[in-house]
Amino acid sequence: MKLTPEEKDMLDGKYGEGVAAAMKIQVAMGETFEAECMVPITRAHVALSAQDADLWFVDKLLKLGAHCKVSPTVNPSIDLKYLNKHLFEIPKAGVDIVSATNEAYKKIGATLTFDCTPYLQQNVPGFGEVIAFSESSATPYVNSVFGARTNRESSQSALCAAITGLVPKYGLLLDENRKGEILVEVEAKVETDFDYQILGWCYPELYKGLEIPVFTGIKSRPTPAGFMNFGAQLNTSGAVSMYHIVGITPEAPTLEAAFGNNTIKHRVKITDQDLAATREKLCREPGKIDFAMFGCPHLTIDQVETIAKTVGERKFAVDFWVLTSSLTRELADRMGYLDVIQRAGGHIIADTCIDVPPCWQPYYGKNAVTDSPKCAYYNEIRGIKFKIRPLEEAVEAAILGEVLK
Amino acid sequence: MGAKFSCKRIAEGYAEGEIIISKDAVCYYLVEPETGLVVERNHDLEGRNIAGKILMMPSGKGSSVVQADGLFKLGRNQKSPLGMIIEHADPVLVSSALIFEVPLVHKVDPEFYKQIKDGDKIILNATEGWIEIL
Repeated sequence: MKLTPEEKDMLDGKYGEGVAAAMKIQVAMGETFEAECMVPITRAHVALSAQDADLWFVDKLLKLGAHCKVSPTVNPSIDLKYLNKHLFEIPKAGVDIVSATNEAYKKIGATLTFDCTPYLQQNVPGFGEVIAFSESSATPYVNSVFGARTNRESSQSALCAAITGLVPKYGLLLDENRKGEILVEVEAKVETDFDYQILGWCYPELYKGLEIPVFTGIKSRPTPAGFMNFGAQLNTSGAVSMYHIVGITPEAPTLEAAFGNNTIKHRVKITDQDLAATREKLCREPGKIDFAMFGCPHLTIDQVETIAKTVGERKFAVDFWVLTSSLTRELADRMGYLDVIQRAGGHIIADTCIDVPPCWQPYYGKNAVTDSPKCAYYNEIRGIKFKIRPLEEAVEAAILGEVLK
Repeated sequence: MGAKFSCKRIAEGYAEGEIIISKDAVCYYLVEPETGLVVERNHDLEGRNIAGKILMMPSGKGSSVVQADGLFKLGRNQKSPLGMIIEHADPVLVSSALIFEVPLVHKVDPEFYKQIKDGDKIILNATEGWIEIL
């Protein structure tokens, strides 16, 4: 890899050991992916996680004197105060790791947005902008929906990029690598936001390669939540960091534009039967539930509105949690949705992730409902059995205390 | 001396041990950190143990955070795989292997895939870029 004299100095430690450590990882990655040089970034998003590996790495860089050159937005942590008041007294281990992580990120120069949907608010890139975004729903969204350019960074590599202000130029940063190779003909009916959850989970089960898929047969533009769901599941069930939808996403006005000079390497057909099979395998049987949880990724204001309108003046039979950004919570308050959800006995909590152990401990091993396969998948390790249903159905289940069908 | 095959280094290191082959991409978060047991439902390796073995898989998968955290926790409990052989490198797995120092290679001689069987003893020399089936 060709480095400029200044980049060599960064690697050699002339800008401090922290910069050198970050640069060393980025150069090794650049060499793996045969990057010819480094290029500057204008934005970064780090999937902060308040988990052991995350804190260990930020701490290591801080001890080496690192500081972010491009201040990244960050993923949710835990609103300790809210959970303490409304759920349980969070064990000391949880309080310690959350507080230490938040403090470490503040110290290293991150902007503490605590939201996993930066592409909807606070950190929205433009077409062609070179950025370093980690977080599974964020990477496909910024690449596919906006046409910004990021590789599928890990939280660690995105933090390295924020520190150096650079990324190795490879993969999705290059024009030729943004073209499709896999044709996915969607014959199934895909209309609702929930349909995109299932389609997003289904495709990587049918084809495991990392090439960019080009979807045809999608009749109308997904909502922001639809796009969000689609990317989150594509990149959780598999590792899809970019896709095209012909006639909808900006780099795919036509099938020809989506494929460029590539030939179609593989064809996948997705029918109603395929989606039904994924749903059958993934979503679990009906039955009693102990709680309901939404917001993986953080819900949009439209989704919060859907919940409020569905519940109306009724009450939830089980604990009911909506996780979203602090801005969306504020907006929900202003719009009256927060009052509706609270009167029903539910919560809207900001800045918080579904998966920061041990902060949701009272629910471990329980049955629950959510609208998100990703939420269900990452909680398998905690023994939480999530039934996955469309948002409105899941809200009805929470009112009843049971998923009926 | 067994058959030797070329490969390309991603994260340096040397490992010698039994190979475990997964048809599915692996997410380390769904591997029990205390034991190395794969607990993911419907996974090719469900119920099998990857601790102390050399793991061959098509690629990594999963959210950008969990892959690193899973591998870190396995490492802390000394239940990591000794090394990894992958077909498709993705930045999440690559940065995790670099940071947590697990030898990782890709671009292996296609002949290797024809000869290797689950449970074979191998040497993985990531630093020098070769694999030997013992």
